[in-house]
Amino acid sequence: MTADPANRRELLLKLLRLGGLSAATAGAAVWFKGRSRRPEETLAATLKHNFAVPPDPSHPEMAVVQGEDPRQLVRRAIEELGGIRRFVARGDVVVVKPNIAWDRTPEQAANTNPLVVAELVRLCKEAGAKKVVVTDVSCNEPRRCFQRSGIAAAARAEGAEVILPEERKFKEVDLRGDVLSAWQVFEPFLAADKMINVPIAKHHSLTGVTLGMKNWYGILGGPRHRLHQRIEESLVDLADFMRPTLTLMDAYRVLIRNGPTGGNIADTALKKTVIASTDPVAVDAYTAKAFWDLDETRLRYLRLAQDRGLGKLKFEDLRTSVVTA
Amino acid sequence: MSQQSLPKLRRASQILFLGLFLLHLFKTEFRGSLRAVQGEIRLDMPYPAIFLQSDPLVAILNVLSSHALYRGLLWSLTILIPTLFLGRVFCGWICPLGTLNHFFSSWKSERKRGLVRIESNRYKRWQTLKYYILIGGLLAALFGSGILGVMDPISFLVRSLALSILPGLNLGLNAFFDLLYRSDIGALRLLADGLQLLFSQFLLSFKQPYFRQGVFIGLLFLFIIALNLRITRFWCRALCPLGALLGLLSRWSILGLEKHPSHCEDCNRCLLDCQGGDDPIPGAKWRKAECHLCFNCVGDCPESGIKFKFLPATPTTVEGPSLQRRKALASFAAGAAVLPLLRSTPGLAVERHERLIRPPGALDEKHFLDRCIRCGECMKVCPNNALHPTLAEAGLEGLWTPVLVPRIGYCEPSCVLCSQVCPTGAIWEITAVEKGWATGASDTSSKSIRVGTAFYDRGRCLPWAMATECIVCEEWCPTSPKAIYLRPAEVFDAAGNPKQVRQPYVDPERCVGCGACEFACPVQDRPAVYVTSVGESRSKTNQILLRRPRGAAS
Repeated sequence: MTADPANRRELLLKLLRLGGLSAATAGAAVWFKGRSRRPEETLAATLKHNFAVPPDPSHPEMAVVQGEDPRQLVRRAIEELGGIRRFVARGDVVVVKPNIAWDRTPEQAANTNPLVVAELVRLCKEAGAKKVVVTDVSCNEPRRCFQRSGIAAAARAEGAEVILPEERKFKEVDLRGDVLSAWQVFEPFLAADKMINVPIAKHHSLTGVTLGMKNWYGILGGPRHRLHQRIEESLVDLADFMRPTLTLMDAYRVLIRNGPTGGNIADTALKKTVIASTDPVAVDAYTAKAFWDLDETRLRYLRLAQDRGLGKLKFEDLRTSVVTA
Repeated sequence: MSQQSLPKLRRASQILFLGLFLLHLFKTEFRGSLRAVQGEIRLDMPYPAIFLQSDPLVAILNVLSSHALYRGLLWSLTILIPTLFLGRVFCGWICPLGTLNHFFSSWKSERKRGLVRIESNRYKRWQTLKYYILIGGLLAALFGSGILGVMDPISFLVRSLALSILPGLNLGLNAFFDLLYRSDIGALRLLADGLQLLFSQFLLSFKQPYFRQGVFIGLLFLFIIALNLRITRFWCRALCPLGALLGLLSRWSILGLEKHPSHCEDCNRCLLDCQGGDDPIPGAKWRKAECHLCFNCVGDCPESGIKFKFLPATPTTVEGPSLQRRKALASFAAGAAVLPLLRSTPGLAVERHERLIRPPGALDEKHFLDRCIRCGECMKVCPNNALHPTLAEAGLEGLWTPVLVPRIGYCEPSCVLCSQVCPTGAIWEITAVEKGWATGASDTSSKSIRVGTAFYDRGRCLPWAMATECIVCEEWCPTSPKAIYLRPAEVFDAAGNPKQVRQPYVDPERCVGCGACEFACPVQDRPAVYVTSVGESRSKTNQILLRRPRGAAS
């Protein structure tokens, strides 16, 4: 052997480098092999959202307020139930969920009255809420819905954070219902301390009416048109998933026919009423009875909801305060 | 100021106008406002589509085919009249596509250097091609087709960017933001939100737009851009019909190039950066119709061999384009023949494609094809991504005209933005009230616009075929009373048990053809309710009913 020691060192180094590279490649390959699995849907997060506050026997469970000024109706209704501070604590993140589904103006009554939403935002702010979020997953083009409904401008003017349903901000959640399992839920609805449902009372040809519990359709993304195939069960599953702090029904201008889109002023009726309750089933039952004379024989979902323990179908049994503001 | 510094001024002007153009394009999109209150929504720009409306070629096509000038096209005089005096300044100083071509032509390329580069910038006979294209296109316009608009540079650029490049950019940026947003690190999520918010002010779309044929339209654009790496501004020199038009108009311009061969040292520098291929060099004749007035030649000339002058002595100038009589006649004949030839198929006259649903406000098909220049502004502005360029639905002559594709997006009842941006009146400007869908369109006295009619495929519809409750189409139907109505029916499920479901029907008197039902139908791949163009109020013949509340006849 006459190898030059310098060359020998180079050769050794080279072999060492190649050896290291081979070992690293083999290591990586084995590691990757260990990760090999048939692709599966990632498991959806499992959450149940109960935003309810403890019952308080010193206050009525439902308030029905009539009067001229929508803002005054909201104030009075919440006062009757014990005041906003019963529901919203200092530092809370409150999500206010109106119906902003359609590209319609307020007088067409397809979306929640912007003044009702604005007043609610103001009250929450007054109670010291850290943040009040107003959002919905619209059916029509969302920016048009948010703008033409007047809700975005009215809520922002009171200091709310208005969030448009951006495609990116949906999260797969297991709703753990009877018919609803993994579904896309809009993230702001998953990041709240308190949840206030502010639906508008409207006619709907499948369920007869679309009220508070149906308003939860608006937390979902994905192919929610399929829910209609088992609408009663879907409604109850959703209402079970989202138990609000408070439901405040806007029945100031009611869409009495041609719902839920309306379009014609002649389809609306001025009822100048706001119904507020901690019981989501009772609110729907009361509103259906009061404006459409519908009861559980037609609205099977109310019975299902009661059986699920979501509230009382017999709103007559609730402590109710009926006042004029 | 010495002429040596004119190229700098020109560059500033090019940057300015390209910026304005892009700004305009970005603003041609409904972004909504969380501050403003409800009401009719219009774009907050004083002159939408101003670049297209200042385009003399668009104006002349409009005049030839419609024998009138659609409102904003009067703006084209701001380009046309200066051209008469100064020549093709538009090409060198303003045209945004010209600026892009200029920019990419300046990229260094192996195939374009030294002597090759100098030779490639000498005038070539093939530069006259654009005049023949122009002649043919103008003749076709005279016979009733705006097809030359496909090649108008502004139209070409708007279409390419709006239907392909920008959606691609949108997809890319969002993929990046998603990457940040999905990370576990709070700061990155915040950054994603911030960037998203920033870019959504002008560049990003709220919803990712997708366009049929987007890839093809984009590749064509990239090909035109890539050609610059071989031959400087090939598009402008050989193809652009607007350049040809301005070249013809510059015949009488009073600004010209004076050559002083006695001062010339034959260094060829004037040819080095020549944009138009117009032979600025002493010893050859200057081609006025080809010159973009970029002033690179005088900027590059180390001596005083050439100089631009008003009312120059012109023994060394070729005033107009050197057209060959035979070729000009041939393009004349081709232009005259193209439309009869295209219309010899049954398409326009007797067998319209049933899915050729035009946007609301569109004129009847013949007048529509007269005017549409395929710029894609309507498709860009549609908030529901509902309008797409046609491939064959409107025949070959209707290539890239807008068609409503309800499965991708329906026509938003209160929206009239496409009619607001259309530069030529192919979609005539209408108001939401004229459209009439937002305010109870269908009571029998209404004069609402209709773009088609919905039909059920009962073999796929859940209540009709599968004994399953659904009615989503009825829920979405925007007219009042609804054009989709329900009837309870007793059906039998698979086990043979009777079951009550509500089955949908269409009332053709009320249906406006918006396509919301088709869009919302839960039968995902081929919806059980779909819209065809029959019943469209712009057509007298494409109807079903003997009498409609307001047929096209009124």
